[in-house]
Amino acid sequence: MKVEHGIKGQQKTKIKLEELTFYYGKYKAIDNVSMEFLECKVTAIIGPSGCGKSTLIKSINRISEITNDVQVEGKVLLDNKNVYDRDVDLVDLRRRVGMVFQRPNPFPKSIYDNVAFGPRLYGVNNKKRLDEIVEYSLVKSALWNEVKDRLNQSAIGFSGGQQQRLCIARALAVDPEVLLMDEPCAALDPTATARIEELIEDLKKYYTIAIVTHNMQQAARISDYTGFLLNGQLIEYNITTEMFTNPDKKVTEDYITGRFG
Amino acid sequence: MTVGKRKIFNSFFQGLCRSMAFLAMAVLIVILVKVVTNGVGVINLSFLFKAPREGMTEGGIFPAIFGTVCITMLMIVLAIPVGVSAAIYLTEYAGKNFLGRIIRASINNLAGVPSIVFGLFGVGFFVLFIGRGMDKILGIPLLFGQPAMLWAASTLALLVLPVIIVSTEEALNSVSVSLREAAFALGATKWQVVRNVVLPQARSGILTGAILSISRGAGETAPILFTGCAYFLPRLPVFTIPYVHIPVINPLDQFMELSYHIFIMATQSTNVAATRPIQYGTTLVLIALTFLLNLSAIIFRIYFRKRPR
Amino acid sequence: MKYDLQSSNFRAANMPNSTSPESGLKRFGDKRISDLLVESRQANVNRQRVQEFIIEKLLFAGGMAAILFIALIFIFLFKEGAKALFLIKPIEFIGTHILDFDNNRVFACMWQPVGESGKYSIVPLLIGSFLVALPATVISTILGGGCGIYLAEIASAKVREIVKPAIELLAGIPTVVIGFLCLTLLATYVQNAFHTTFRLNAFVGAIGVSLVIIPVIASITDDALRAVPNELREASYGLGATRWETIWKVVVPAGISGVTASIILGMGRALGETMIVVMATGNAALVTGNIFSSVRTMTATIAAELGAVPQGGPQYCALFLVGAILFFITFVLNLVAEMIINRMRKKLRL
Repeated sequence: MKVEHGIKGQQKTKIKLEELTFYYGKYKAIDNVSMEFLECKVTAIIGPSGCGKSTLIKSINRISEITNDVQVEGKVLLDNKNVYDRDVDLVDLRRRVGMVFQRPNPFPKSIYDNVAFGPRLYGVNNKKRLDEIVEYSLVKSALWNEVKDRLNQSAIGFSGGQQQRLCIARALAVDPEVLLMDEPCAALDPTATARIEELIEDLKKYYTIAIVTHNMQQAARISDYTGFLLNGQLIEYNITTEMFTNPDKKVTEDYITGRFG
Repeated sequence: MTVGKRKIFNSFFQGLCRSMAFLAMAVLIVILVKVVTNGVGVINLSFLFKAPREGMTEGGIFPAIFGTVCITMLMIVLAIPVGVSAAIYLTEYAGKNFLGRIIRASINNLAGVPSIVFGLFGVGFFVLFIGRGMDKILGIPLLFGQPAMLWAASTLALLVLPVIIVSTEEALNSVSVSLREAAFALGATKWQVVRNVVLPQARSGILTGAILSISRGAGETAPILFTGCAYFLPRLPVFTIPYVHIPVINPLDQFMELSYHIFIMATQSTNVAATRPIQYGTTLVLIALTFLLNLSAIIFRIYFRKRPR
Repeated sequence: MKYDLQSSNFRAANMPNSTSPESGLKRFGDKRISDLLVESRQANVNRQRVQEFIIEKLLFAGGMAAILFIALIFIFLFKEGAKALFLIKPIEFIGTHILDFDNNRVFACMWQPVGESGKYSIVPLLIGSFLVALPATVISTILGGGCGIYLAEIASAKVREIVKPAIELLAGIPTVVIGFLCLTLLATYVQNAFHTTFRLNAFVGAIGVSLVIIPVIASITDDALRAVPNELREASYGLGATRWETIWKVVVPAGISGVTASIILGMGRALGETMIVVMATGNAALVTGNIFSSVRTMTATIAAELGAVPQGGPQYCALFLVGAILFFITFVLNLVAEMIINRMRKKLRL
């Protein structure tokens, strides 16, 4: 099977997957996927559960290999540098590629310490600098006005939506270039979801965003490009409006019209 | 079998199991009641804070209490660094690889070694091999190569090592994977994740393990029988630093200890029958000590498991 | 599957406008946060790498300590124990020919290590150990198993929260205390009830030891039964079984490997228990099958004699040999129990 896709434009390619195949032990989670993520665009990955969407974006910051026994074939190029090369500094890679997870997972620390966690890891301990970074990140994640008087309160007491925005702020505090979002709204109510979507709309001015979502309407609303993944294979990759109005493949159409998945 | 018979069977056997559980609780209560009623009579300040007199037929048990506290503290100081680092290595670094499996198997086996075998090992390894070896190397007359608090504490530390490792591992594993992932995704190194995310979360669990180990160590007798316990010592295992006159615990001295005191008073003292009240009093002190430690560990654990994450 | 940027089939009008990624980023003077972080990290990255390396090695050493010590225990016990085989003829560990009262040469199994012609038969010690451990295991299998079943299957959550800690507290009582109470109280009760010749005997010791193992068996049985999936219980109730029938014919058989492992572990603990037997069994090294007779276990022999023997002598080495045998027996029992538990874990995919 050979599918020809093409996207023309002035955008720089930020991330390029080249024939990426990804194994958990012996299980093949990603099967020979090639695609690109363009700078300052939102790229959504859709597909039924277990199709490898999360694995796909987690392969970019190499976070899966912490808890699992993984094996990788092919390349993941970030600014034309393969992140699976031996000389890649994982710390630097993960600073450049931030991540937001499915369930809000703030540390059981204060709001301030959550956001300052990243910069502190890199040895930034200057109080004034940290204050500035914390404020900046919270402003960017549209949380500042809600929490500016409660920076020393524990993050655990906040609502799910606020926690998730805090996690976004935490990721922004190390000033990444790419933001990976693994179903960031899966655990949130519609109002909180809408706020996160608004935020993504704003963030994409500065960051390359890859978002995994289960929700087709969400993909249609917020993304510029959409990839449809099924059983670890990239079935179709296209401009979102194109994909949702005029899909190339029957199976894509079936999925987005809700016939399975 | 008829329905009636099945119903009778059903309630009979369930009742049987229930009565067994309550029998076990009753035994616990009987033990406590017997020790308290027989021992409370001799407990007073001079019993707790005076040394034994008249060939240990009168006086208090202060040296034994002091020795128990000293040796358990020394034990925990020796055991915690090794135990906690082993547990961190197992959960965070080794994973399920071959070496990890071997280490785990060793810990399980260490947990099953009879306490008297630890005693034998303590004599053979710590006192004779290490202690005598140090004397020989330093070219000094007998100093390290004899039973002493340091060797007894080392033997006990070995005995409680599996307790500490297993409880620490449990505490580390209860820290959710998503927090670790969040820290790694920010660019944290392995040790940064352990130190800044995992350990703060696991602290109370590790503390619970430490308390349980202290109580276990305070109650053990067999490992210290030959590695440092004394029948009677006219002095505390303390020496005073010259010039500044600060008394410090002397880990190279022998010591008295509560559980050993009970054993020796009950089986080998000059007048076993006449010192029964002292024996019960000592038992009460020991049981109160271990009981408080265990109870606090249990309450601690319930609290820490119920805490929302 | 390849895709090619150049061979476009999209209309240019669809393309969203490009924005410069630089425009919104916070600056400190002319520095972006990312530059600040990278610089800050560069300043101490080498130190950090060294630190990570050293810490990993230290933690590794902690893990290796467990292996090291189990190996050292092996080496020291068997090294000292092996010396006994050179100092004493191996046959003497079973028995020696002695002259009985009628001056006949008879083969006797005796442990009398004192004096010129010490007798080092391990037989009475083995008999003593098992004469205590076997009854203790039987008693605690029944009681501890009952407790475990009650905790896992019958007790309500509230009762469980009281009974479980109580059993843990029972496990936390120092063995010397149990030994002491056996010596002072239980022995008298037992003598009054059974009119035994020996006040301190294997039976008294067995009851004392069982108090130590009941919590072990109860808690492992509890864990094993709670790991049995609920579907099995539901299926059994669905067929009209009573609760006891469900427990006895479905749950216990499903968790049987855990229960077996707990009994084996309990047996290992019973054989290794020292303070209770040294205080409560009378310490007479007799070859007997009578549970109401005084016995001397392997552990009690070591505890009673090691303090008073000269190092390196035959008795000293013989005691290490006894320790080595004891270690070997408990080692095998633990290994078997662990294998059973591992197999169960694999089966239940825990």
